[in-house]
Amino acid sequence: MSKITVDEVRRIAALAKIAVTDEEAEKLAKELDDILGYVRQLEDVDTTGLEPTYQVTGLTNVTRKDEIINYGTTRKDLLKNARDLHDGQMKVPKVL
Amino acid sequence: MKTITEITNAIKSKKLTARQAVERALARLDEVQGDYNVAISQTRERALQRADEIDTRLAKGEKVGRLAGVPFMAKDVYLAFGSPTTAASNMLRNFEAPYQATVINKLEAEGAILVGKVNLDAFAHGASTENSDFGVTKNPFDKTRVAGGSSGGSAAAVALDIVPFALGTDTGGSTRQPASYCGVVGVKPTYGTMSRYGIVAMASSTDTVGTFAHTADDAALVIDVMAGQDLFDSTTLPDRPKSYLPADNKLGKLKIGIVKEYMADSVQPEVRQAVLKQAESLKKLGHIVEEVSLPTLDSALAVYYIVVPAEVSSNLLRYDGIKFGHTAKEAKNLEELYGLSRDQGFNAENKRRILIGTYVLSSGYIDAYYRKAQTVRTKIIDEFDKVFSKYHVLVGPVAPTTAFKIGQNADPLQMYLVDVMTVAANLAGIPGISVPSGEDNNSLPIGVQLMGPQRSDPMLLALAKQLEAAK
Repeated sequence: MSKITVDEVRRIAALAKIAVTDEEAEKLAKELDDILGYVRQLEDVDTTGLEPTYQVTGLTNVTRKDEIINYGTTRKDLLKNARDLHDGQMKVPKVL
Repeated sequence: MKTITEITNAIKSKKLTARQAVERALARLDEVQGDYNVAISQTRERALQRADEIDTRLAKGEKVGRLAGVPFMAKDVYLAFGSPTTAASNMLRNFEAPYQATVINKLEAEGAILVGKVNLDAFAHGASTENSDFGVTKNPFDKTRVAGGSSGGSAAAVALDIVPFALGTDTGGSTRQPASYCGVVGVKPTYGTMSRYGIVAMASSTDTVGTFAHTADDAALVIDVMAGQDLFDSTTLPDRPKSYLPADNKLGKLKIGIVKEYMADSVQPEVRQAVLKQAESLKKLGHIVEEVSLPTLDSALAVYYIVVPAEVSSNLLRYDGIKFGHTAKEAKNLEELYGLSRDQGFNAENKRRILIGTYVLSSGYIDAYYRKAQTVRTKIIDEFDKVFSKYHVLVGPVAPTTAFKIGQNADPLQMYLVDVMTVAANLAGIPGISVPSGEDNNSLPIGVQLMGPQRSDPMLLALAKQLEAAK
């Protein structure tokens, strides 16, 4: 399997939307390589006939009654930590 | 007055008021905070206000809850009123919670009083509290050592007698391990026992609410108050045991297995001795104890460090510099807003985990890493099921050593290896308790771990109590 290069770190960081610095990318390349090297041992584990487990409760399609619930908070409360508001909405930089 | 029972008795017999209980807790916190760095914030005003309300109701002879006047602290991932909820991260330094976690509301409904938020590894990423953006929490028994993590502050708050109980979380051992390092009871419940609504998410398939206390009875009472299905968390189990209290759960003769894979020569000798000593106590109590092997457990850490970073990378996408949390004021466009806010707000460990997670979920790698890991997870779960059809309880160490020195595990992978005995329980969703079990040659506490099948929490708590009484 390939070693984790600085370019690879930049590719992953771009996917994760973290603007890592050059210094960080260098350090992360080695650290991620070590960690991924460790977890690769799972290649040798026999899992024939087994399905993945994504959650351990066995619960599926948990629904609630179709009625209005009072959450006890207001829109004002929920927006109070936002960066930039306009007219009770969150304002963001141009997307397109 | 260390325990919940001592406080509630004193309040009932009018020897203590709720206000006094709160003031004592805050005074003790002020006394030790400089030396140990336990707390991130205090919720003094709100706590005193609630204490006065409870005292008024008591004076009128009105009904108050089972935890009336009992002060507690919560790991700073619990959304609560009265101070910011920071997750010990620069990302959330000034975040004011717009609502409280369900379990906080449940505890308050029974009269418990939150007096402050305690330290942790930022976003719960760590096993020592060294990854906190607010400084490390020192071990109450030795200031050159860590309190453990990620719920180091919660363990220390109880060990230092600031409060009789504290909330942590346990995603990979973050309650059991600091409990072991600090000499207190630490309980990881069956996954889905309590609501995770209002708790800063780490890994949604393994996160649980952790309870710290001095005794099994105290932990059981707090758990009994918090447990139950919640409309706001669809992963909570639809039914619950009638009572978690040891008094209501009589134990018969149990068959108990010592996990062979957790007793390797690499484990500190005094830690192994502590497990064997507890095994002798269990035999004297009338239980059968023998060694049992679970070979798949050797893969558990590798599974954990694929699955959990993957879930972390997803859960931490919400920190975008827009809705809440740190935002890069200098960002000139959307790309910079995301990229800079996240690079500035997250610390090195947060980034390592997010990037590992992103990698193992990315196209071309998701099958070999993430899906493979979740399939090995099935293998681990199946093995636990098989073993639990023959044994009621498993016992073993909590961690390979007692509390390590600050700075000792600076290598990220070295730090991950500390979790080797705790992660399997999280992957399987089974409960685990760390029971204080003596000390090593440096007088550092050792915890011994009890594990049972899903929903066996009342049994484990009753067994923990038996071991306490046998000391």
